[in-house]
Amino acid sequence: MIAVELRKLVRSRRTWITILLIDTLPTLVAVLLTLTDVGPRPGTGPAFLSAVLKDGTLFPLAAIAMVLPLFLPVAVAVTAGEAIAGESQAGTLRYMLIRPVGRTRLLVAKLASVMAFVLLTVLVVAVTAYVVGTLLLGHATGGSSTSFSGTALSSQQILLRTLLALGYAMLSMLGVAAIALFLSTVVHAPLAATMGTLAALIASTLLLTLDAASSLQPYLPTRYWLSFVDLFRDPILWHNVVHGVVLQVIYVAVFLAAAWANFMTKDIKD
Amino acid sequence: MIQTIGLTKRFGSIVAVDGLDLDVREGDVYGFLGANGSGKTTTVRMLLGLVLATAGSMTVLGRSMPSSGREVLPQVGALVEAPAAYDDLSGRANLSLFDSMGPSAGRASRAGRIDDVLEQVGLGGIDRRPVRAYSLGMRQRLGLANALLRKPKLLILDEPTNGLDPQGIREIRQLLLELNTQGTTIFLSSHLLAEVEQLCTRVGVLDRGRLVIQEQLEVLQRPTGRLYVRTPDVALARGLLDGQVEDHDVASLLVRSDDPAGLNSQLVAAGVRVEMLTPERHTLEDVVLEATEPGSDRVARA
Repeated sequence: MIAVELRKLVRSRRTWITILLIDTLPTLVAVLLTLTDVGPRPGTGPAFLSAVLKDGTLFPLAAIAMVLPLFLPVAVAVTAGEAIAGESQAGTLRYMLIRPVGRTRLLVAKLASVMAFVLLTVLVVAVTAYVVGTLLLGHATGGSSTSFSGTALSSQQILLRTLLALGYAMLSMLGVAAIALFLSTVVHAPLAATMGTLAALIASTLLLTLDAASSLQPYLPTRYWLSFVDLFRDPILWHNVVHGVVLQVIYVAVFLAAAWANFMTKDIKD
Repeated sequence: MIQTIGLTKRFGSIVAVDGLDLDVREGDVYGFLGANGSGKTTTVRMLLGLVLATAGSMTVLGRSMPSSGREVLPQVGALVEAPAAYDDLSGRANLSLFDSMGPSAGRASRAGRIDDVLEQVGLGGIDRRPVRAYSLGMRQRLGLANALLRKPKLLILDEPTNGLDPQGIREIRQLLLELNTQGTTIFLSSHLLAEVEQLCTRVGVLDRGRLVIQEQLEVLQRPTGRLYVRTPDVALARGLLDGQVEDHDVASLLVRSDDPAGLNSQLVAAGVRVEMLTPERHTLEDVVLEATEPGSDRVARA
């Protein structure tokens, strides 16, 4: 069933249009940086951007940091929100279930396909960003990069940490996917599941800026999303990253369990 | 093939299906009749494990449902309400996609089976157009093709001729009868009396969630014990059959008698010219209307 869902994913024109749109922003930023050579002042603007001016090979990280807080969650909320509710609305859900495709199996396949979509998007963004970054912004001399803490990092260290960061970003998106998938088993319209998920994420982001909500903040889903930046300090600041991982794992477990429990006992009436 | 015992489904305070005891036998073409909202679709969905019963039990192909769905459903083909397909794929791609879901029915035979069923439902010459461009009738045929894809032992069809023109309806009817002679049991849910009358051997009638009739069609259409006689000599015949005539008009009579041959010779001997003489039968419509109340789509003032 996972293979079937993946086939549907790569065949869908929407998948590629979405990825293309997401990919546009970092590319545009790279072009603007090249043309103007004006980076954000250190400590402001998207992560890594000031470093990028010195070393174009770091641009993939900057690109991921750009799409992670907004574009990627929107795309995930749309794709995962549609997972069950979309099939239900199209009427294809009942024909899948009587084939028969087990309900648990279907949920797992849908989740796998959403994560494959995220991976695909992240890879496309990273690869384009690498190409654009090295072409437009050029290499740093000396084959090493500078960490946020000012010390030198070897290319190998950069690669390892980049992979860790990608994994971390995937886990964060898995959290979003779990919420959207749960809502997708509850509501009839895919749009409602998507908007519900986005509303939760926006509320979370909003509460993070509010001092009065400080007691809630460690539990908000978006709290540690950008903590992967800490992976590029020397030595790595694990504290927030570990908290982020634990928090996302809890979100994923709770919402997937809820989605499963709800879907297993649901009457399929449309 | 299908047996339910006390099958019940409640949605909140509404009882959609109430203590249903269905009995569909192997080789039947079973017509499942009922007004809109009488619970037909809910029953079909319960049989297929889509809607979970509140109470009661059911077996399909001899195994309990929905717990044995993994073994039972591959041998069941179904059309549940409207057909559904992925709009941006072609009909063939849709069938291929649905066939690759669930327990495998043989990947090697897939292309051949798809060609076969497309031919069967009259879409043999179909091109690469996406389903989005299909007419209602073509979608219906594609839905049927999807149901037939795995050569099922049992077909569960909900309003299968929806959206088809008279030619198409006849074509599908012939296809179903042909499948039935080859051994497929057919469970056909419909609100069209004529369709059921032309196709089915056994009839179940649902009224507001309750099964009010379950019988062989021939038994329901049994003679009423009256004979219909058409003759130009109505007055003469009435005089002859004094007391037996229950109704008459200018050219025909209804005579209480269970001996058509005897009546005919009696009339002819007396010089009554008989144009037609036939036993009156109960019609399915009378039987159904007598057993049921108006459908739930009629909302009368209390």
